[in-house]
Amino acid sequence: MIRTDKLVFEYIRRDEEGNVEGITRAVDDVNIDVRPGQFIAVLGHNGSGKSTLAKHFNALLYPTDGEVIVDGMNTRDSEKIWDIRQEAGMIFQNPDNQIIGQVVEEDVGFGPENMGVPTEEIWERVDESLRAVNMLDFRKSSPNHLSGGQKQRVSIAGVIAMHPKCIIMDEPTAMLDPNGRKDVIRAARALNSVEGITVILITHYMEEVIYADKVFVMDKGHVEMQGTPKEIFSQVDKLKELRLGVPQVTLLAHELKKSGLPLPDGILTKEEFVEELKKLKR
Amino acid sequence: MLRDITLGQYYRTESIIHKLDPRVKIVGTFVFLVAIFMVNNAIGYAIAGLFLAMNIKLSNVPVRFIFRGMRSIFLLLMISVLFNLFLTPGDPMFTVWKIKVTKEGLKLAAKMAVRLVFLITGSSLMTLTTTPNNLTDGLESILKPLKLVHVPVHEISMMMSIALRFIPILLEETDKIMKAQMARCADFESGSIINRAKNMVPLLVPLFISAFRRAMDLAMAMEARCYRGGEGRTKMKPLVYHKEDKVAYVVLVLFLIICVAVGRMKF
Repeated sequence: MIRTDKLVFEYIRRDEEGNVEGITRAVDDVNIDVRPGQFIAVLGHNGSGKSTLAKHFNALLYPTDGEVIVDGMNTRDSEKIWDIRQEAGMIFQNPDNQIIGQVVEEDVGFGPENMGVPTEEIWERVDESLRAVNMLDFRKSSPNHLSGGQKQRVSIAGVIAMHPKCIIMDEPTAMLDPNGRKDVIRAARALNSVEGITVILITHYMEEVIYADKVFVMDKGHVEMQGTPKEIFSQVDKLKELRLGVPQVTLLAHELKKSGLPLPDGILTKEEFVEELKKLKR
Repeated sequence: MLRDITLGQYYRTESIIHKLDPRVKIVGTFVFLVAIFMVNNAIGYAIAGLFLAMNIKLSNVPVRFIFRGMRSIFLLLMISVLFNLFLTPGDPMFTVWKIKVTKEGLKLAAKMAVRLVFLITGSSLMTLTTTPNNLTDGLESILKPLKLVHVPVHEISMMMSIALRFIPILLEETDKIMKAQMARCADFESGSIINRAKNMVPLLVPLFISAFRRAMDLAMAMEARCYRGGEGRTKMKPLVYHKEDKVAYVVLVLFLIICVAVGRMKF
């Protein structure tokens, strides 16, 4: 679905006369292969290059070196750019700054309008996308009256209405309260499992990662670790080194193991933890 | 709450005028303005007034709402009436001190007053019955021919609707910044006007920075959603003329013909 090949991206800083002051490598030699239908999470602390990477998937940024292939199309190919943006939808961090319409349904219709979809079909798409994120009741509301989580779900609906094969979410929950966060993640997971849309979730909340099929951990532009959540979270010390926390349960299990309890590595959920503890009792 | 602010002066209610296509209302207002400057006698004004009253009645907008807009132009109205009254040469009716009031002056002043009142009432009736959104759509569609002379009609209307969307957000932000600065002892309320203007700087700078940041984010989000200008774009809510709109156009044409005919008559 999305493949990067030795992807490098450099920000060039210039002084007032336009001379090059310095070059920052935001993304450095990244090779990622995302297969259709996967739920992918990209982890990393601030400045690790994860957002820069995400913008490449949508052809908002072009590689300095290397290649990004989205569904067989190279993002350098300027004729394919609109097809790429339609197939790989993007959700941004700030819900206020990505809603264009003054009414919820008009905003959801914005993408299809741009694609030149006939009017009747736009209405069908708006209906189905708002239903998919459970926001149909708010279709006539003004976005200014919605909560952060609701606004973010409207943005998701706006992307679904374009019938993408893949949705890239760039820290969609960073500005939300815990409830809004849950709603947005639930919507993303439903899209992945029900509609089969590939989801790439970029985040620094560990709890959102545990359901992913595959996790990439980024640091200083490199992919430092990759694997299933279990594989990633069994390396608690390595994650700490990268200044990333682990879910509370995982941390507890890890500490207990260090103190001598024979627990397995990479416990992700409370249920799993309880099961393992029960096994120990026997 | 700031976010409940109504823009323009749209009055929300159900009526046949509200339902009309915005293009009809824009053209209608224009026709009405032309008409009141064409008629030149009492019967003509009576007809125009009747037409206006009928529309107000049909629009279900309370009359006091319509006349609220009048308050702001009251001074302008008074000035133009007084100037016409005192400074028109002709048959003196009576003289107060050095100021002559002439028959012609009285006529002209009355005419001016009626025209101005009709003008304001007519155009505020349009803004009262049309949402800003609809108004933008209507304008875009009416001004479409200007594209031939390279006026960016679609872009202008897109800018207008984005501005409308962001005004409440920026207002809220202003409020937040103001409180944050007040918490750090900024003073926005006392001092002379010049001082107060100077004190606005710590409010305006962060506001502008954040507005630019929002603009950049929004532009990126629009691009990510395949926005590439008006070319090849379809409409979710295209403007379509219904039966009522056609009837309204016929009524407008009749009104204009009557006004022109009556305006030419001599009594």
